[in-house]
This record gives sequence, C-alpha cells and structure tokens, in this order.
Amino acid sequence: MKWLSGKWLAIYAVVYIIFLYAPVILLPLFAFNTSTIIAFPLSGFTTEWFMGLWYTDTLHTALGNSMLVGLSTAFLSTLLGAFAARASARFAFPGKTGIVGLIMLPLVLPEIIIAVALLVMLNQLGMPLSLWTVVGGHVLICTPFAIAILSSAYRGLDRELEEASFDLGESRWGTFRRVTLPLVLPGVISSLLITFTISLDEFIIAFFLTGTDVTLPVYIWSQLRFPAKLPSVMALGTILLVVSVLLLIAAEALRRRSAARQGIDTTLAGV
Amino acid sequence: MPRCLQRGAPPSDRNATWQDRPIVALRFDREAGQGLWLISPTFIYVLVMLAAPLLMVITFSFWTQDYLTIDTSLTLNNYREAWGTPIYQVLMWRSLKISVIVTVVTVLLAFPIAYYLSFHVTRRKALWLFLITVPFWTSYLLRVFLWKVILGYNGVFNSALQGLGFIDEPLTFILYNLNAVVITLAHAWAPFAILPIFVALEKIDRSLLEAATDLGDSPTRRFFRVTLPLAMPGIVAATLIVLIPTVGDFITPRLVGGTDGLMISNMIQIQFGKANNAPLGAALAVSSMVVIGLISVGIFLVGKKLGGRVR
Repeated sequence: MKWLSGKWLAIYAVVYIIFLYAPVILLPLFAFNTSTIIAFPLSGFTTEWFMGLWYTDTLHTALGNSMLVGLSTAFLSTLLGAFAARASARFAFPGKTGIVGLIMLPLVLPEIIIAVALLVMLNQLGMPLSLWTVVGGHVLICTPFAIAILSSAYRGLDRELEEASFDLGESRWGTFRRVTLPLVLPGVISSLLITFTISLDEFIIAFFLTGTDVTLPVYIWSQLRFPAKLPSVMALGTILLVVSVLLLIAAEALRRRSAARQGIDTTLAGV
Repeated sequence: MPRCLQRGAPPSDRNATWQDRPIVALRFDREAGQGLWLISPTFIYVLVMLAAPLLMVITFSFWTQDYLTIDTSLTLNNYREAWGTPIYQVLMWRSLKISVIVTVVTVLLAFPIAYYLSFHVTRRKALWLFLITVPFWTSYLLRVFLWKVILGYNGVFNSALQGLGFIDEPLTFILYNLNAVVITLAHAWAPFAILPIFVALEKIDRSLLEAATDLGDSPTRRFFRVTLPLAMPGIVAATLIVLIPTVGDFITPRLVGGTDGLMISNMIQIQFGKANNAPLGAALAVSSMVVIGLISVGIFLVGKKLGGRVR
C-alpha cells in the first residue's frame, strides 16, 4: 500500500517535525528582533531585550520562587517516586494495582481538577496559600514521572546482585549504599532533572495555589497582557528553552549511561 | 551470618551457595508487608493530597456559598444550575466537542509518525523520540502564545501565504475560534499521542506480519487485519491521555479561542475566581469529570473489542 511506504512517511515525518518546531523556532527569532511588535518581517538584530531582563526585579523574584518550588518539588517527588518504584518493581502486595493506580492518577487527571480540589481543601482547612502549597500540588503531578523513570532504573537492577551482596555479609544499608545506589543513581538524577523541568514550566496549579508570591510561568502570564512587554517575554522564553533542553539532554545521557552500566554489570555478575 | 564464601572460592562453589540462598524462602506475607511499608509514604501523600481533596470537592459541590459564608446543608441546587443553565450546557457541549475533535486529529496525525518510527526508522530511534519530545518541554504558555503569533491576522502563516502569492487577503478563520484551539492543542499533546502508539507498534511480533503476507494478505489487508488491531491498546491509551486533560485546559481557549472557543474550564476558573461561587465551580468540575469518565470507559471498552489478541 502506497501511503505506508517509507518515502511518503518520511516526507510526512519531516512536515510533522516542522509543525512541532514551528513555535519553538519563532521564539529566538522574536527575542533578537528590534521591533516591539511580534510579527514579520523582522526589523533588525538586538540583544536589548535580554539586557532588559537583567534589570527586572520582579522577574528575579519570580525566578527565585520558581527555583525554590522546582528544587523542593524535584527532591520530594523523586524521594516519593523512589519508594513507590522500588515497592512496585520488587514486591508483590495486596491492593498493588489500586494503590499504584491512585498514585499514577495525576498523569491523566486535568490539572485544573487537581488545582481546584487542593484549593477547596486548603480553604476549608483555613491554610494560607503560599509557595509551599504550590510545591504540594507539583509533587503530586511530578511523582508519576519520577516513578516511570525510576521503575525502569530498578527493573534493570538485577535482584541477584543485591542478594549476592547480602550473602557476602553486607548489611542492608551497606548493600543499598555500595550496590543499589550506584546502579540507580543515574536514574535518580535523571528523575530530579525531569521533575524540576516540569515544575519550572507548570502554570495551572501554580496559578490557583500560589499566594502573593508568583512563580515564573505566573509572571509570564501576567506579562502577556502588556504588548510592550512581549519582546522581553520572548527573550525570557528563549533562555528557559535553552535551559530546559540542556537539562533534558543531561537527563537522557544519564539514563542511557545507567542502562549501559547495568547491562555491563549484570553480564559481569553472570560470569 | 549467611553461609560465608571464602575469598577465592572456585566459581562452582559460589554457584552452589547461590542456589540455596535464604531469600527464596521468604514468605509471601513478609514480602507483602515490606512492599506495603515501602510504598506507604507515597500512598499516604496521595491519600492526603489527592484522594481527600477530590472527596472534599465532591462534598463541596453539594454545599452553597453566600458571598463569604458557606452553607453546609446538602443540596442539589448547584447541579441543577450546572446542568440546567443554557450557558453551562453550551460550554459543556463545546468542551466535549473540542476535546473529541482535538483527540481525533491528534491521534490521526500521530499514528503515521509512530508507524514510521517503529517500522521504517532502523537507526537512531532514540534521537527521533528525543526530537519529538523537545518542543513539549518549552513553556506551555509561550507555545500557546506563539500559535497566536503564527495564526494571527498579520501572523506568520498569513504573511507567508501572502508573500508566496497564494492569498490576497489574510485568512481570518484560523484565529480566535475553534480551529485555533484544535491546532494549538493538537500541537501541545502530540508527544503524548505518539509515544503510546509507538510502544504498542514496537511490541508487534514482526513474524506475524510475515505470516500474513505468506498467507496471501495484501499490505493494505495486512495493515487492517494485523497491525491495526494489535496497535489498538496504544491507540486507546493515546486517545485517553489526550482526551481527558484537554477538557480541563483553560489557557488555550483563553489565549487563542476568542469568545466562540471558550470551554468549561474557563467557567470553572471564573467561578473559583471573579464570580466567587466555588460550590458551583466544584459542581461544574465534578460534572465534567463524570461525563469524561463515562466517555473514557466507553472508549476503553470499544478499543478492547476492536483490539486484536495473539493466541
């Protein structure tokens, strides 16, 4: 059948990739453009918008808030993800499907539902909104991603390696420190990077659950209303894009290294 | 202390000790206990931060709010209003319609890419997958905003078409309406549709396809009788992963949807914000989740029926 032939599909794939990258490519174009109007034709090259970011104090506050939220979320969700991934990869226990299902639920639940539900509960309990309530929501949506990454790291971990360590007289902690941790560490770092990136970009939950302190996406949302601010938003977006992509490349490289290392180690153990 | 291995013990001895390792004798309930103990921190977190709030929002939707005071007597009034008022009916229908269109478009566009990656790309599959996921990691707000720039009256798309001489007047049917919402969301959810379908296609045993050809199936027949049914779990997963969150999006309708593109989530946000009627907002949220939940179950069952099995 013709339309499933490699040639047509390859052309389609290229068009599709262009569609996927269309907005992403425009971001740096307008960030370096002299005109304040976000439209073609481009008028000239400038780094003015990037320089302007250096002097915007509200932006720096938002960035600081986002770093705090992102780092806390990354740490907590990776920790919670590690427990759950370990439990589901290694043990059989009653109610496993239900429990794991509930933990993974935020993957398919619309963010507005999570945000609204948390907002209602916090209001009822009389708890004030702050950056920490945002962290609470972000941990919820990031944990499933951490579990997905860490599960594959644990699955590659040969059970016999740990048992061998026990047999050789290592304590539980010693085994964890000297056998388990080195093998899953790349997965853990990869999870930290991914969850940090998700938190850094998350808008809906942050929008509903933050008090007076804004995170970076909430700041961007407030800026989108002012046409004069748009070029600096483009510049900010460009920086965020570069940072996200670098973090992702690092996460991917670590994940692969982890897989390779486990492959090598398991073969050596089998000798 | 476990039966100790002497340093430099010959490999045969080592194997012998491994085979009667004590861990094999672990009783099931001890393992179950360990598993439950290990998953309990995450489970408790989800109970407190997800299950409890969801239950609370459901309870809340049966209460009423009068400016700042909450009346906790149970009533169905919010649901009567949510289901009976024309504006909410319109928004709900439109949300469902947009979500379904977005899902169909996204999955249809994603399938050939997943198929290409699985069946035609032999080297550097990981690089392709990485390329597909990169745009997803750029700020969602800015991606939506940039679609506005692309689709606008003086936007990139119109100026390109005018520059090439295809059109004289800018096209106006592509921004501030349903089309813009569909394009933007189909873009935003692309990787979520491609990945599950790709995984399902990768799992298909290639010898089954050879068998179909050997038994005289044409490529088209083979595709519809073997490949597509076996890819069905991936297609269903992709459909649900795109459909459910799309109903809850309120940024895209707000930025590119105009007045005709507003969805139920915009109304939920308004009820929790400006309109200050949180119980009604909760009723709208619960209603939309119930509706989308029922639709999801339907899709799942239909997919199961259409899906193929390898006996």
